[in-house]
Amino acid sequence: MPIPTRTFAEQANRQASRASASNKGGVLDRLKEVLVPRRLLVPRRAREGDAKIAVQRVGHRFGNEVVALDNVSIDVHPGEFVCLLGPSGCGKSTLLYALAGHISPSGGRITIDGQQVSGPSPERMLVFQEPALFPWLSVTQNLTFPLRARGLSRAEAAARAREFVRLVQLEGFEGALPHELSGGMRMRVSLARALAMDPQVLLMDEPFGALDAQTRDQMHRLLQRIWTRDQKTVVFVTHNVREALVLGDRVVVMASRPGRVIHDLEVRLPRPRDPDDEALVHLSRRIREEIGSAEGRGRTAPPAPPSDEERDVAESAPAAGSLPDRAPDPLGARL
Amino acid sequence: MVRDGRMGGAVLRSLSRLAEGYAASACAGLPLGIAIARSRPARVAIRPLVLGLQALPSICWLPLAVLWFGLSEWAILFVVVMGSLLAVTISTEDAVSAIDPLVLRAAGTLGIKGPRFFGGVLVPAALPGIVTGLKLGWSFAWRALMAGELLFGAGGLGQLLANGRDLLDVPQVMGVMIAIVAIGSAVDQLLFHFAEVRIRRRWGLAEAT
Repeated sequence: MPIPTRTFAEQANRQASRASASNKGGVLDRLKEVLVPRRLLVPRRAREGDAKIAVQRVGHRFGNEVVALDNVSIDVHPGEFVCLLGPSGCGKSTLLYALAGHISPSGGRITIDGQQVSGPSPERMLVFQEPALFPWLSVTQNLTFPLRARGLSRAEAAARAREFVRLVQLEGFEGALPHELSGGMRMRVSLARALAMDPQVLLMDEPFGALDAQTRDQMHRLLQRIWTRDQKTVVFVTHNVREALVLGDRVVVMASRPGRVIHDLEVRLPRPRDPDDEALVHLSRRIREEIGSAEGRGRTAPPAPPSDEERDVAESAPAAGSLPDRAPDPLGARL
Repeated sequence: MVRDGRMGGAVLRSLSRLAEGYAASACAGLPLGIAIARSRPARVAIRPLVLGLQALPSICWLPLAVLWFGLSEWAILFVVVMGSLLAVTISTEDAVSAIDPLVLRAAGTLGIKGPRFFGGVLVPAALPGIVTGLKLGWSFAWRALMAGELLFGAGGLGQLLANGRDLLDVPQVMGVMIAIVAIGSAVDQLLFHFAEVRIRRRWGLAEAT
């Protein structure tokens, strides 16, 4: 059920910018906050120009039973880094696989550069949860093989492979086989392989989910560095709120049963972002609480429309700043 | 027997027949296995036939082979091929079906298609299983050949064995049996075991020692 996005974002900002002194929440305060210059999280505004990726009223059902996606519409502009955020089962991966062309959704339209998506293509490179390397090929061969398949000459492919191995800091491991590398190194090879193909759109499906926290932070720095350099269009699926805030220009929050978009937010934190930055930690806590309560509402009373009272509680309780630091939160365990 | 060259000649004769028959069944079995694993029509049309025929001991093809090809080399080769082809096909099909779907998806998103997909992704990904199938096919081929030669009497180790029986020469019979075992396990251990271990290690399926 839609909650006015603007209000939610304002509240998040209020906490993040520590303007909580005026948390009684009068109309005047609200107005003031809209005008406060330091708004770190704002509802996304429609942008001019053609969208790179247009998702129009897409729905998908598995076996005509489970509604994985219900009427989802998202526009992604060139060079945007969009994080699809939500608990497992909210359809974020389904949406990503639909963008990649591995699934054709049962309803709606997905176009990239105005062309309808039909089947996988190296222009929409998918990076999987697992590294998905070819186990019989060395690091360099894993990069050169798809490049050669794309029509590059042997020398071009080798040069490009060297460049991207260097970019992900794996010099010295060119001849190693995937099973000889650590999980983080394998993921870096996978990332290098995807980037070397120079896709227009990079689709990432929780690529760092299986890594330990330290390696993940490293990967975040690496990905931020690469993205600021190349400005690729990226759609990044995650259930980790902080990861979404560290990486995304834009966080699309999804909820499950049925899978739908509940918020579309712009993140205005300066880059490079630090996962321990106070403002970021505040924003992430607010988003987690929001997801938690959206899930709760979805589960307890799915068919009934929300009463005004319910909505009020969901909106005003966190703003009052009275919630304990560790609010019950299905995602919190990951962080 | 070894000294008068009968043994050496018989071994050569048997091995050259085996090489021809086995090569033919490997060449046919691999594409057939891949086709069954990858294409639905092939799976529906050929798979039950292959599985059913596998229940038939290879030597049972001999009467048919003799009727079709007469008392020629072709008849024995036919028996050898029928003995090993099905084993190679079925193992290849298993190996291809068991490929990690993630590898296939990765190949799809990387845009690897056509011959490059088959030669560069499908076969290497299935190779550990394919080698096991080739090993199995080899031992089936060897058995089929011995049985064929024994009954058919067209030279080779099998016929030497039959001769020993006719002459009531137990040492000859036992000597030939030992030769059959020796050759069978030598190829099995040296060639296939070596290849299998190397591949499993490179693919990261077994610990390097």
